[in-house]
Amino acid sequence: MAETNGQEGYLVAENLVKRFAEVVAVDDVSLSIGKGEIFALLGSSGCGKSTLLRMLAGFEAPSSGRIFLGGQDVTSLPPYERPVNMMFQSYALFPHLSTWDNVAFGLMREGLPRAEIQKRTDEMLALVQLSAFANRKPHQLSGGQQQRVALARSLAKRPRLLLLDEPLGALDKKLREQTQFELVNIIENVGVTCVMVTHDQEEAMTMANRIAVMSKGRVLQVGTPQEIYEFPSNRFVADFIGNVNLLEGQLSLDAADRCAVTTALGEVQVGYGVSGSLAMPVAVAVRPEKISIGRQRPAAIDRNLFAGRVTEIGYFGAYNSYIVVTPQGIKIKINEPNGSRHVMPNISWEDDVFFWWEDTDAVVLRD
Amino acid sequence: MAGLSSRSGRRLVIGIPSFWLFVFFFLPFLILLYISFVDMGESVHPFKPLWDPATGVLQLKYENYLSIFQSAEGAWLKTIYIEAYLRSIWYALCTAILCLVIGYPFAYFIARSAPSIRPALLLLVMLPFWTSFLLRVYAWKGILGDYGVINQMIMGLGLSSQPVQLLYTDVSMLIGMTYVYLPFMVLPLYATLVKMDFRLLEAAYDLGATPWKAFWLVTVPLSKAGIIAGFMLVFIPSVGEFVIPSLLGGPENIMIGRVVWDEMFTGNNWPRASALAVVMILLIVVPLAIYYRYSGNRSEAGSP
Repeated sequence: MAETNGQEGYLVAENLVKRFAEVVAVDDVSLSIGKGEIFALLGSSGCGKSTLLRMLAGFEAPSSGRIFLGGQDVTSLPPYERPVNMMFQSYALFPHLSTWDNVAFGLMREGLPRAEIQKRTDEMLALVQLSAFANRKPHQLSGGQQQRVALARSLAKRPRLLLLDEPLGALDKKLREQTQFELVNIIENVGVTCVMVTHDQEEAMTMANRIAVMSKGRVLQVGTPQEIYEFPSNRFVADFIGNVNLLEGQLSLDAADRCAVTTALGEVQVGYGVSGSLAMPVAVAVRPEKISIGRQRPAAIDRNLFAGRVTEIGYFGAYNSYIVVTPQGIKIKINEPNGSRHVMPNISWEDDVFFWWEDTDAVVLRD
Repeated sequence: MAGLSSRSGRRLVIGIPSFWLFVFFFLPFLILLYISFVDMGESVHPFKPLWDPATGVLQLKYENYLSIFQSAEGAWLKTIYIEAYLRSIWYALCTAILCLVIGYPFAYFIARSAPSIRPALLLLVMLPFWTSFLLRVYAWKGILGDYGVINQMIMGLGLSSQPVQLLYTDVSMLIGMTYVYLPFMVLPLYATLVKMDFRLLEAAYDLGATPWKAFWLVTVPLSKAGIIAGFMLVFIPSVGEFVIPSLLGGPENIMIGRVVWDEMFTGNNWPRASALAVVMILLIVVPLAIYYRYSGNRSEAGSP
C-alpha cells in the first residue's frame, strides 16, 4: 500500500506541541513520513491538524518539539527560507497577478535567470493544462482552474515538501471526485513528498498512502486507509471513519486465536485474540456493511446471530440501509447492497428479522 | 408596481445629489466662468456685464487669463500667479506624501488589529472632527510658537538660549496641513486594507518572499485603490487650502488660495480672482479625468 521508497523518516516531527494561551492545539505529536509519500492529517475542525500543518510550513513556531526535513532541522527557519510550499485552502492566489505571474512568483524570489523562470513556469502551466490561461487573472478562472494554478504555484519551486490544506474543500462534489485523482497523479508524477490536511475521510482515503487520525491535538492512529478502516485502534477512530455499530461489553473469553465479549446484545464471538485480561471493559465494532440481514433464520449460522425489528429503511440507490432494534432496545445499523434492480426489497417496516456477521468482521477496541 | 416604485426610488436617490451638485457646484462654476471673461467693474458693481446694456456690444475679455500666464514685461510663465500655483501644488504634494507615509502604517495597524477594537481605533482617527477645525489649527500656534510647548522644552533642556523659529515657516505649515488631512488618508487606506486577505501574505512568505518583499509585491499593489483615493482626498483640498497657510505659514510663501483671496477682497478684482479659480480647478480636474479614464478602461479589461 504505502510506497515510501523504503526511506522512512524523510519528514520527522518530534514531540511537537503548540499552545495558544490556555489551549493546547497540538499535543505532543510525533510523525515520521517517508520520501514520496502522500500523508493525510484527518480530523474534524479544531482537532489541531491545521495548526500542525502551519508549523510544518513555518507560519507557527512550535511551543516545543522539533521538525526535521531530509535530515535538516527546520524548526526555526522562517517560511520564506523553508524548502516547503503550501497549497492554501482558499488557494490564496494573488488577485492582482496573472496566472503566469502567480506561478512564477516563487521562482522570481529565488533570483533565477529570466529564461529559466520562463521555462519552468511554462512547464508548470503545461503540467496542470493551463497554458492557454497564462494571461488570465485568478477571478477570470473557474474554481477548478484556480485550484490547478494554486497547485502549479506550490510545485514550481520544486519543494522538498508539499503541503495541501483542504485541497478539494472549495470545489463542488462532482468536480472533487474528478480532481482528486488528477491531483494524486500530478503529485506522484512529480514525486514530491506531500502532507495534506482534510476533514473529509473519503478525500483522505482515496488520496493518501497513509493517514493520521487526529482528535483534540493528538494523533490517535496512523496507518494505511485500509488499516484505519478495517482495524481501528480505538473507539474514536472506529466511529470517525465510516459508520460503525459500537457494542460496549466485557471480555469474557480470551484465547490465542479468538475471543468473546459479553455485550447487552449477548455474547459476541470475535475471530482473533486480543491482549488483555478477562472482564476488561472493551467495545466491539461492526461496520454496517459487514452485517447480513434476512427474514428467515439462516440454518448454517450459529454465532453472532441476533433478532430484531426493522424500524427504519433508507434507500440510497447503491444500497439499502436498515435500522434494526433488538428486544434489548439496541439500535443496529445494517447496509445491504442493492445487487439487482428487479427484486424489490422483501424486508419492510416493522418486520421481525435476523441479522448476523462473520466472527472475523468484528473488531475489539480497548481504548 | 414594485418594480416601478423601486425604479423611481432609484431615480430619486441618484437625482437628489445630482440636482444638488448641479445647483451648488455646476451653476456657481458657470457664474465663475462668466465673471472670469468680463472686465472689472466700477464702484458698486464688481464686474461688468458681458454685453454692454447700452450699446449691446460684446465685451469678452481674455486678459484675465493672459495676466496669469504672462507678466507685465511680456515674459511667459514668470508671474506671481504661476509661482503660487507651483508652490501650492508642491506643498499639497508634500502634504499628501507625508500623510501617506504616516497614515499607511496607522491604517495597516488598525486593519490588522482584532476586529473588536477596530471601532475604537477608527473613532480615534475621527476624534479630531469633534473639535472645531480652526481651534485645532490655532492649537498648533500654541505648540509651535516662540514661547510654545516645544520652545519651552528646547530652552528648558538648554539646547538653545533663545526661541527657535518654528511658527510661520514651511515646516509649521506642513505640520498643520498633514495634521488636518491625515484622517482623509487613513480612512480610505483602512477601507482597502481591511478587505485584504492576509493569507495572501502567508502565500508570499511561503513562496520565498521576505516580509518586506511581500509588503511591496502584495500589500501595496492590493491597496493601490486606497492609496490613490487617500492621495486625492488630501491633495485636492490642500492645493486650494487657505486657512492653514495663512495661520501657520510664512508671509513670503503665498499659496494660490491666498492669492485668490487677495485679488477678490483686497484688489476687488473679481474677474481675475475668478480666472485664477477656474485655472486652479482645471489644474486639478484635468489630471483627475485622465486618471479616471485610464483606470476606467482597465477595469473594463477585467482587472479587479
